[in-house]
Amino acid sequence: MTATLVSPDATAPIDLGGKGQPLADKTFRWILFLCLAVGIVFLFVLLAYVTIKGWPRLTPTLWENMPSIRRPEQAGAQSAITGTLWVITFTALFALPVGFLGAVYMEEYANPTSRFTRFVEINIQNLAAVPSIVYGILGLAIFARALALGQTVITAGLTLALLVLPVIIVSTREALRAVPQNIRHGSLALGATLWQTTWRQTMPAAIPGMATGTILALSRAIGEAAPLLLLGAVSFISFNPTGPFSAYTTLPIQIFNWTKESREEFQILASATIVLLLVILLAMNAVAILIRNRTQKRW
Amino acid sequence: MSEIHDPAAPQSTSDLANTGRMDVSAVLEGAEIPETVSNIVFDLANVRVFYGDFEAVRDVTMQIGRNEITAFIGPSGCGKSTLLRSFNRMNDLIPGARVEGLLAYHGFDIYAPEVDPIEVRRRIGMVFQKPNVFPKSIYENVAYGPKVNGMKVNMDDLVEECLTRAALWDEVKDDLKKSAYALSGGQQQRLVIARCIAVKPEVILMDEPCASLDPIATAKIEDLMKELAKDYTIVIVTHNMQQAARVSERTAFFTADVDANGVRHGRLVEYGPTRRIFTAPNDPRTEDYISGRFG
Repeated sequence: MTATLVSPDATAPIDLGGKGQPLADKTFRWILFLCLAVGIVFLFVLLAYVTIKGWPRLTPTLWENMPSIRRPEQAGAQSAITGTLWVITFTALFALPVGFLGAVYMEEYANPTSRFTRFVEINIQNLAAVPSIVYGILGLAIFARALALGQTVITAGLTLALLVLPVIIVSTREALRAVPQNIRHGSLALGATLWQTTWRQTMPAAIPGMATGTILALSRAIGEAAPLLLLGAVSFISFNPTGPFSAYTTLPIQIFNWTKESREEFQILASATIVLLLVILLAMNAVAILIRNRTQKRW
Repeated sequence: MSEIHDPAAPQSTSDLANTGRMDVSAVLEGAEIPETVSNIVFDLANVRVFYGDFEAVRDVTMQIGRNEITAFIGPSGCGKSTLLRSFNRMNDLIPGARVEGLLAYHGFDIYAPEVDPIEVRRRIGMVFQKPNVFPKSIYENVAYGPKVNGMKVNMDDLVEECLTRAALWDEVKDDLKKSAYALSGGQQQRLVIARCIAVKPEVILMDEPCASLDPIATAKIEDLMKELAKDYTIVIVTHNMQQAARVSERTAFFTADVDANGVRHGRLVEYGPTRRIFTAPNDPRTEDYISGRFG
């Protein structure tokens, strides 16, 4: 073993060129890149396809006009846009306070080692994985039938709120957990109560994270069609919702209905509406990313 | 008996240069203080602190004197921070932590069932190892404690008074609305001290307050501590023996015993006037520690 101990300045010329990157290393790198590319490429193909197809109808009539069965070239999606806004407003109204406060309980108040807390924790994660159609059935049975709320905006809002609640709870908990423990201790050591500490220190510090998670959860709700189909979102509606107990339709439902039609005009209309929906969703995600980047690492 | 202390190790000789013993000139100035504490703020009798089944601190009996600076020194894991955190019930925040024995504050057992830990913490403030300023303005950091405690005061005056006492006012008086994160580490720690005295506590507990600071910032905090000791009772945990020698009136030396199962339990080895602890310790383990033979 003495050879390895010879100091480098001995006799051999120094070659720092190495053996070059082995082929296996390069191949692996490309395989990894291709796997990533699959997802991205398909997103862009989809975007390009619907944009090109829906291009003729991407005009203000799309959001100014009401749907029409007889005159697809004049039809628009205004009732679906306002319906989506109504439904998502009620979803947020129900899901945000409940989700935030539930998460605060789990993160700040509950004893993390207790059996009950762990049971709840596992089940929240399970709930996040439940298919949305199951929430549709639940909403139909409880909100539409048992509570006799019928096929209304409020039923849809409540059901979608249940759907996104686990996501909001999980992301809020993560945001709260990211607040350093020594902020809480600093507050408590001054004689603040747990509630004062949570309300004045922990939650304000967690707001950016909470906002990001919330926006992503709501954008999931906006894209949902399955539970609303069960809940009786109306397939053809030519007026905007007038209140929480109004009939409604939403963008995904409207798209679904138009794609069922055989006439080419409806297909174009559907593509244009898909672009509209995607723009809304991407815009919401962009806002979430913006908030995240703006507020990263303050401690 | 501590395993850390090896009785076979060479005992210190009279030759200071050879023992590597620390420079104790800092403790040699000033008046001699008596062994016994006269004006008692904390009276500990057989205090034991547990985390679940683990006994982190065993059997501490000591008294802490009013308007004195008491330093807790000792190697890592000897339970000195744990003990300090039980003085204002911050250990309550750790699930499974509990205190046995009597920990009395002016004669009142602070672990009695009717005691509200919030009230304890208002009277007994704490400064942490890392400056934990709130993500708010400098002003809001100081005003927070009085606000949550519902103190009816002129907030502007109080903020100025506290920042002045914490020797920070001149540096920040034009930037009160700025984020506290804009301050340097040493300034942040002084802000935390200002925030702490804003709720008018009697005692300030300091858990290695200079551990993350440079020597200049450390010197400022030490000066501040001596200044504050005129009005407050200060207990400080420190790894820096020179610091203990410089600032404290009394020093408690803790060490960790290792039991048959290899579990470390903190215990108080020796407690007395800082000068005596650093110049004529009674226990050979104290001698070993302060002469730099371990720890």
